[in-house]
Amino acid sequence: MTAVQIIFLLVAAATLGAGLLVVTAHNLIHAALWLVVSLFGIAVLYVLLNAGFLAVAQVVIYIGAIAILVIFAIMLTRKVAADSGPQTNSNWGWGAALAAALFGALFWIFQGWPGINTALQPLSESQDTVVQLGQALLAPDEYLLVFEVASVLLLAALIGSIMIARVRKDS
Amino acid sequence: MIPLSWYLIFAAALFCTGLFGVLARKNSIAILMGIELMLNSVNVNLVAFWRYRTPETITGQVFAIIVFAVAAAEVAVGLALFISIYRRRNTVVADEINLLKW
Repeated sequence: MTAVQIIFLLVAAATLGAGLLVVTAHNLIHAALWLVVSLFGIAVLYVLLNAGFLAVAQVVIYIGAIAILVIFAIMLTRKVAADSGPQTNSNWGWGAALAAALFGALFWIFQGWPGINTALQPLSESQDTVVQLGQALLAPDEYLLVFEVASVLLLAALIGSIMIARVRKDS
Repeated sequence: MIPLSWYLIFAAALFCTGLFGVLARKNSIAILMGIELMLNSVNVNLVAFWRYRTPETITGQVFAIIVFAVAAAEVAVGLALFISIYRRRNTVVADEINLLKW
């Protein structure tokens, strides 16, 4: 077993453990902090997959923005987060069964797929994925339209969340 | 070398963990955290397929970036909705948010 494989197994185990704590932790603040650990583990996996830009974006967007936003929302709705009752609804057994069944089904599909044994080809020396990614996102014959639609979506989400969350004077 | 199957099994396990969170949690914000886990596991799959199957085209990474943008928009609107609901109904427990208009 090589060093990279050991790193992968350690990171994957930490990420999955943190993920399990996210969905089971009693205190919501703790769950949000475990979410940060889990997201960081995924950033490490991006580095192992030669996707450096995505790893940085993961840390900046997910950990820096989304996780902090979640923690803010938990604190703003604190009265519920401090509840001492059970944090799962009455159907949690069905949820666990469905999740386990889905995992089993996916595992079974992987067994039958011949592409599962694709060998890892080293990236060619001349290939700079960050340059390639930037050019692909801004080239009109590639993904420029998708990129612009994403910016419009983010603007719409920004305006929408301000409109939804603001305090109306008349009510 | 890490086999592709390790990434796929890891992503499937993380997706199912997130799915359990979405189905079982009471608090709406915890449900949103489960959705975040699911989106992240899908992203791991996309990037792993890009790296192993088509490393010469960058499409997989572009797809992952778009998923990032959609996830950010979804969290912003979702949390704004929960804060608005909390202000009106004083709860964010999903079972108790069962009226469209109050």
